[in-house]
Amino acid sequence: MTSAMEMSGLGRRYGRTWALRDCSLALPEGRVIALVGPNGAGKSTLLSLAAGLLRPSEGTLRLFGEPLRDRPSTLARVGYMAQDTALYPTFTVTDLLTFGGRLNPGWDDGWARDRLARLGLPAHVPAGRLSGGQRAQVALVLALAKRPRLLLLDEPLASLDPVARHDVMALLMEAVAEAGLTVLLSSHIISDLVDTCDWLVAVNQGRVQVSGDIDDLLSAHKLITGPREALHTLPARLPVVGQRVNGRQALLLVRLDGRPLGPDWTVRDASLDELVVNYLRQPGSCALPGPTAVAR
Amino acid sequence: MIGFHLDPRSGVSTYLQLVQQVKHALRLGLLEPGDRLPTAAEVVAALAINPNTVLKAYRELEREGLVSARPGLGTFVERSLGQASPHDRARLRRQLAGWMRSAYGAGLDREDLEALFTAALQDAAREGAA
Repeated sequence: MTSAMEMSGLGRRYGRTWALRDCSLALPEGRVIALVGPNGAGKSTLLSLAAGLLRPSEGTLRLFGEPLRDRPSTLARVGYMAQDTALYPTFTVTDLLTFGGRLNPGWDDGWARDRLARLGLPAHVPAGRLSGGQRAQVALVLALAKRPRLLLLDEPLASLDPVARHDVMALLMEAVAEAGLTVLLSSHIISDLVDTCDWLVAVNQGRVQVSGDIDDLLSAHKLITGPREALHTLPARLPVVGQRVNGRQALLLVRLDGRPLGPDWTVRDASLDELVVNYLRQPGSCALPGPTAVAR
Repeated sequence: MIGFHLDPRSGVSTYLQLVQQVKHALRLGLLEPGDRLPTAAEVVAALAINPNTVLKAYRELEREGLVSARPGLGTFVERSLGQASPHDRARLRRQLAGWMRSAYGAGLDREDLEALFTAALQDAAREGAA
């Protein structure tokens, strides 16, 4: 499997503060990758580095095997949508299409016009007068019309109502089905990621904490509950991600390794939300594949 | 062609919900051999889910011999589920609808009906009728 993106020791510093440090990560091609983490964790910095908008302070970044620094042409295959879906407010949708077509060599104007018409988006209204949901749809159509092989979306769903979130995600998923592109999108709303993303990357305090196939992560992790007195009966060196004790009961998120737990413990599946929250609460816990796991 | 819908509170994984809905449609005769299933792009444009989830559901149905993928054309129903002819199925459904009307008339609610139906299914299984 090819890697869409490979980071090796990647870091970015603002003054004396590191926004992102020691990021080594390989992301497989053809996936829809969720990028999660608390505010200020480094998500936007990571996306801006991948989009070529920021230069790394240290380390290297490869897109589809090409080092980004040496081959700026690689960026022609990368689409990027900023957090505030910046569209020129006085430009109509038609103006924006013309503008996009002049700037991007691989621009698919027929597809873009067809898709905008199907979505019922008005062609002659200035972008500033569209609703938030319509603006997000226009911005996504513009980003897709470039025909990117990798699409980077910074909080594409923030500030959208549930109907608009569904519409934007449906548009994105249809494009994935048609074009097989790789998507890396950041979001705080885990429920929006459950049925749409198949790979999870969690960053926390400027470091990559989790990277893996979501189905694999969910089947490897279990939530276990039992009496707090039974904590000492757990197998030695059981990988515990998070642990909470409420009165007499203990609740732990663990990676089970096949060893039996004993009769005191009840095991159940964890949801993606529970998995993410447990990791982000414990910045010291990590779930990263070895360097070869993705490249295989 | 059928349309899919999702119940996020069902606790059933999304891919399994798609598998079950195709099987359900096969049992009810809503899908018949030769019918085309919606493409992954059509399903995800309606449901906003990852296309791989749809492909996984279709692969499972293919593994069970219910559908087959024809490259470039789509995924088609190979065989039906359930033994009854469309005529028998319609007759039994009418009888069941009559039974439901009289149950509602006797003051039972939906959960009562489901409990009765499940109990009768278990009785029949014990008697070896099923």
